[in-house]
Amino acid sequence: MRPTFDPFVIPFVAGMTFVLVYCIIGLIRIIFQLPKEDRRKFGRSLINPKSAWKNFKDLCSDCLFHVKIWKRKPLLGYMHSSIAFGWFMIIVIGHFETIAFSPLKDMQLPFFQKLTSNLYMPIFFRFFSEEASTLSAHIYAFLMDFFLMVIISGIVIAVVKKKKPRKVGLKRVTKFGFTEDMVRISLWTIFPIRFLAEASMANIGGGSFLTKFIGFDLLFGGHYNETLSYILWWAYSIDLAIFMTLLPFSRYMHIPAEALLILLRNAGLKTTEPRKGYAVAEIYSCPSCGLCIDVCPMSEVKENYRNTAVYFIRNIRRGRRRRDVKHKTEICLMCGKCIEVCPLGIESLDIKMAQRKKYYYKVKSNFSYLERLQDYKTTGQQAQSSPLDAHNSKILYFAGCMSHLTPKITLAMTKIFEQANENYEFIDKDGSICCGRPMMLTGKVDEAKALIEKNTEMIKNSGAKRLILSCPICYRVFKEEYNLEGIEILHHTQYINELIENEKISVDRSDKRYVYHDPCELGRAFGVYEEPRNIIDNIGLLTQGKSDKDLAVCCGGSIGSLAMTKEERDDITKNSIKDLTLNHPEEIVTACPLCLKTFARLSPIKVKDIAEIVEENLEINEELGIRN
Amino acid sequence: MIDFGFSISKSSHIQMDNVDLKLFNKLEALNPDISTCMACGLCTATCSAGNFTDASFRKIILMLQRGKDKEALEKVKKCMMCGKCILVCSRGINTRNILLSITRIYNEEDK
Ligand code: SF4
Ligand code: SF4
Ligand code: SF4
Ligand code: SF4
Repeated sequence: MRPTFDPFVIPFVAGMTFVLVYCIIGLIRIIFQLPKEDRRKFGRSLINPKSAWKNFKDLCSDCLFHVKIWKRKPLLGYMHSSIAFGWFMIIVIGHFETIAFSPLKDMQLPFFQKLTSNLYMPIFFRFFSEEASTLSAHIYAFLMDFFLMVIISGIVIAVVKKKKPRKVGLKRVTKFGFTEDMVRISLWTIFPIRFLAEASMANIGGGSFLTKFIGFDLLFGGHYNETLSYILWWAYSIDLAIFMTLLPFSRYMHIPAEALLILLRNAGLKTTEPRKGYAVAEIYSCPSCGLCIDVCPMSEVKENYRNTAVYFIRNIRRGRRRRDVKHKTEICLMCGKCIEVCPLGIESLDIKMAQRKKYYYKVKSNFSYLERLQDYKTTGQQAQSSPLDAHNSKILYFAGCMSHLTPKITLAMTKIFEQANENYEFIDKDGSICCGRPMMLTGKVDEAKALIEKNTEMIKNSGAKRLILSCPICYRVFKEEYNLEGIEILHHTQYINELIENEKISVDRSDKRYVYHDPCELGRAFGVYEEPRNIIDNIGLLTQGKSDKDLAVCCGGSIGSLAMTKEERDDITKNSIKDLTLNHPEEIVTACPLCLKTFARLSPIKVKDIAEIVEENLEINEELGIRN
Repeated sequence: MIDFGFSISKSSHIQMDNVDLKLFNKLEALNPDISTCMACGLCTATCSAGNFTDASFRKIILMLQRGKDKEALEKVKKCMMCGKCILVCSRGINTRNILLSITRIYNEEDK
């Protein structure tokens, strides 16, 4: 008869209890920090069958199989899912095995003892069990060995990743401190030690191909050494205890936090406070995988890699170093690339925005002068209905303040409107009121509202049903913050593409080589990828840059960054140009006045807006002259 | 006095000894690039707010340097944060951030 208790289980039980209590308290805190409405939403989503099914699906694909990492980096995907899924299976199968074969099974034990022994029994099962020769016992043993092997193979990759990040496709990995190193080493050793411990007494406790044949027979030469085996079991338990005690203070907290994050996200919650509720769940869910380091435009400059999302999240999490948090909050370009690659979908930009809103500004803006701009609308070019087409409903053109820095865009647009024979009104011809997004990005939301209101009023008064914008920054805030019901909002790429497809304008095709730069606010924010490419296909040859679409690199001029210096911006711009000109295009085409202005200063080749190249290649219909 | 229909304009002489530049020095410590401004006025020419008002980054800096904080803040309040001035600045000054710093450091009530 094997014993049912041994002192070596104590470290494990203590560690396990600690981590459970810690997580439960953390969970309760997060739930209570949520705004009331959010808490209700969360509760409802847990019981609603549809969202419950989605929860289940997402938990499996994200926590266990890490599907998203597989898609980006298969090797890393294997590493994660082998450890996570393998471990999960070992726990599950281990429990079933314990239920089926536990020596405690037939014993009458007091409730409390039964509970604690059920806590450790599946973990140290081979120590307490006796080899059984039934078929199901063999199957269990085989499965346990199989998943143990899967985990160990994952750990091997993890070690390689640590030593040679390039082998798994990473340029830079996150740097860690002492605690993190301790936890990592304890995690890496848990399963190899378990293997040794199980193997050392596989002749008694049973085992399968890995523990019994490879382990006991080959490694231990078929000898059972009681002291050695006992030491190994102690080591296994202590190792687990170290891991669990340090877990809450390390990045491995992502294991429990991620599950919570998925549930909260599926309930439709968003960050409202930078250090409370949803944001906490996000912050703890970040495993510091470092995928956001390589993609961040800031890390092109070596010393600046510490400004990337992962380090920002770490600063926020530690709660100290307010100066660092502030700097990282304010230097970020808000380009969104880190979120695009984040396997956990951590919306670090929402946290940064919430943080920006927290900063206090003593001097408040005063936009009372906007009230006096009643004639603003009428200073714009009045609509003249064209003699050729009077049925066209009126469209509104809002160039935005940035486009006034690049008059080539507005001129090109006017010409395109003429050629398409549109009944249009250039509403901010004589200067625009800023759309409000730049103000939003500084965190001064209320002040941005004043700008938004004025523009909304002006647009609504015009009675137009379509609004064409030239600036993606405007486009984003118009889509997200403006209440313009009944008015269709289009960026000029979408509009021009539509004109070409409907044959309202026609363009000449040449074999000029272009490369297209996706502006962050148009591409990543709204997925407008195909329209501009389609236009360029009609005009010339589209070449590829190094990365495009959702992985396009910010031009460096983003107004999302408050603190970035000119030199830092220039480095990003130069890098971005280098990426774009990889295949020797003749011209860089973009669709944002800010990108255009930023690139034009440093680019060795011509940079143009998409409206410009369309205008250059328009087939002119002589009957429709240029007005004014 | 005989009214000739014109007069001598009020002196715009500023007694720098009486000007308290504590806040400006603080601003400059936070944004060292401020000292490189050469008052070229490109920022003013592009300013979105300046299109409708007398807002001008160049003047804001000049005024703060000369202790005319109140007048400067009146201009600061009109800024829409559009960031065009950064794009055109001939000295690569992070003008928008300086404007933000001003609203953080200065306090209208003090004046
Ligand atoms: S938003 Fe862009 S600049 Fe900011 S951290 Fe993410 S990738 Fe870097
Ligand atoms: S923010 Fe996302 S991508 Fe960056 S380290 Fe954390 S989990 Fe990885
Ligand atoms: S950020 Fe302010 S000061 Fe600069 S151009 Fe825009 S409105 Fe003018
Ligand atoms: S553009 Fe730059 S250098 Fe010129 S006045 Fe403005 S801040 Fe000064």
